[in-house]
Amino acid sequence: MTVLLSDQRTVQRAEDVVAIRQAVRQRAVELGFNLVDQTKIVTAASELARNTVQHGGGGRVTIEAVEDFGRRGIRLTFEDEGPGIPNVELAMKDGFTTGGGLGLGLSGARRLSNDFSIESTVGKGTRVTITRWR
Amino acid sequence: MNEQSVLHDLVSRNEAEILQRWIERQLGASNFRSDRTSKAEVSDQSRRFLSLFRQSVSSGTADLHSPAWANTRQMLEELSVSRAQHGFGPSETALFVFSLKETLFEGLQDQLPKDPKAARQVILDTNQLLDRLGLFTTEVYQRGREQLIIRQQQELMELSTPVVTLWEGVLALPVIGTLDSARTQVVMENLLQRIVETGAAIAIIDITGVPTVDTLTAQHLLKTVAAARLMGADCIISGIRPQIAQTIVHLGVDLGTVMTKATLADAFTIALRRLGLGVTKVGAPKKRPEPEPQSTTRDRIED
Amino acid sequence: MERIPILKMGEYLLVTIQVDMHDRLAMTLQDDLTARIVEARAKGVLIDISALEIVDSFIGRMLADIAAMSRVLDAETVVVGMRPAVAITLVELGLSLTGVRTALNVERGMDLLRERIRERFSE
Repeated sequence: MTVLLSDQRTVQRAEDVVAIRQAVRQRAVELGFNLVDQTKIVTAASELARNTVQHGGGGRVTIEAVEDFGRRGIRLTFEDEGPGIPNVELAMKDGFTTGGGLGLGLSGARRLSNDFSIESTVGKGTRVTITRWR
Repeated sequence: MNEQSVLHDLVSRNEAEILQRWIERQLGASNFRSDRTSKAEVSDQSRRFLSLFRQSVSSGTADLHSPAWANTRQMLEELSVSRAQHGFGPSETALFVFSLKETLFEGLQDQLPKDPKAARQVILDTNQLLDRLGLFTTEVYQRGREQLIIRQQQELMELSTPVVTLWEGVLALPVIGTLDSARTQVVMENLLQRIVETGAAIAIIDITGVPTVDTLTAQHLLKTVAAARLMGADCIISGIRPQIAQTIVHLGVDLGTVMTKATLADAFTIALRRLGLGVTKVGAPKKRPEPEPQSTTRDRIED
Repeated sequence: MERIPILKMGEYLLVTIQVDMHDRLAMTLQDDLTARIVEARAKGVLIDISALEIVDSFIGRMLADIAAMSRVLDAETVVVGMRPAVAITLVELGLSLTGVRTALNVERGMDLLRERIRERFSE
C-alpha cells in the first residue's frame, strides 16, 4: 500500500469535528468517490472524531489518500492518549444496542467503511483506523 | 555519433518540408476518411505533433516513458481518444504515426552516416521508435474505446430501469433482468433521487422481470425501502414470483414491515387507496373512432 | 453565541438547519426548541434538514430526542427534506430513527402535521 497524500489534524473541541468532516469530504471528492460513498466516509469520520473528543480527551486524526493494487482509497487514523477501552468487543456490541455514544460510534464507523481496525490499551490510549476504497 | 541525433538533425533542418510531405501522404492515403476529418484538422494535428516529436527526439532518449516524451505522449493520447470517439478504427489512428515513419525514411536516405553499421543502427532505432509510438497510439485508442463502453454500460443500466410516474405521488420502478450488486445500487440511488424530485409518497418496486434474487440483492432492496421510509416515502415490492418467494424464505431474509404484493396492479390499487383515491366507472366504454374509407387512398395513388 | 433560528408560523414552529452543526450547537437547539414549544404553545414542529449533507448518530439522536420531548409537551414533530445519500448512510449505520416522523418536503410535512394533530384532537 502506498500513501499518496497525508494530512494530520487536531481533534480537540466540538468545532474540530466539523472541520474534520469538511477535510475528509474534500479529500474524498478529490479521490473521485461518488456522493453516497463520500457521505458514508464523512459520517464515519464524524463518529470517530466525536469519540476522540468526548471519550478520548482529545487527540488527532491522520487523513491519507492511499493506493493498493491499482485501487484508490481514503484512510483515516484517529489517535488519542485517553483512558482507553477495557473491552472493545463488548463496547461495540453494547453501544449498538443501547445507543450509547462510544460503542455506537465505533460499530457505526465499522459498518460505513471497508477496512476497520482498533487498538486500545487501558490507561494508554486508543487508535482506530478505517479505510474506504473507491 | 548518437543515432537519434541523425534523426533530430533531419527533422529540425527540414521540418517544413517533412510536414508538407507527411500531410500529403495522409490526405492521399486510400483510406483517408474525409467524412470524419478535414484537411485543416490533419494539418494542424500533424504540425503540432511534428514539433513535439522534434523536441522529444532532441533529448537523445528513446524511452517513451521518460519526461522528455511526456508532451508528445499526451498529444498522441488526446488524438487517439478523440479519434476513437469520432468512430475511427484503430489502424486508421495508428496510421497517423506510421505515415510519418514512411516520410522520415524517405528523408533519412541522404542523411545516413557513411559507415554501413552505423547507418543500419540509425534505421533500426528510428524504425523502433516510430513503431513504439504507433503501438502507443493503438493502446490509448483501446483504452478510449473501453471507457466509452463503460460509459455506455452505465447509461444502459440507468435506462433499462426507468422510473415511471403512475399517478401523481405514485412512482413505479419496473426492474428487468438480473440485479447485480453494482446495478442495484445505481438503480436504487436513482429511485430515491426521483422520489425527491417528484415528491412521490409511494414507490412501487416491481421485480416481475427479475429471474433470481440473491441475499445481497434482497438486502439492497430492503435497504432501499428503509432509506425511502426515512425520507418520508413508502415502498411496496410487487411482482414476487414463486421462485423468488422461495429463495427469500430459504435465505432467511426478513422482509419485516415491507409490504409485498403479487402484481403491480395490486400494488397500484393499494397505493391509490392510501392516497385516498379510487378508480370509478363514469359511463359506458367509448366506441373506437371509424377508420377512413378505402376509396380515398386509392384515388390519391392513381393521381 | 450562534443559534439556529426558530420561526413561529401560527401553531407551528419551523426550524431550518442550514449549517454543519457541531454538538454544542445541536444541544442549544434542543434547549431552545423545548423552551419555544412551551412559550408558543405550539402544536407542531417542522425540522427541515434538506441542507444537511451529513446526519450522524449524534444528530440522529438529537432528532429522536426532540421528537420525544415535543410529544411530552403535546406537540407533534416532523422531519423533512432528508437527502437520499443521507438516508442510505443512516440505513447502513443502522440508525432507524424510531419515533421520528418524516416527510419529503416542507409542504408534505405541514400536511402530515395537520393530519396528525387532527387525529389527536379527535381522540
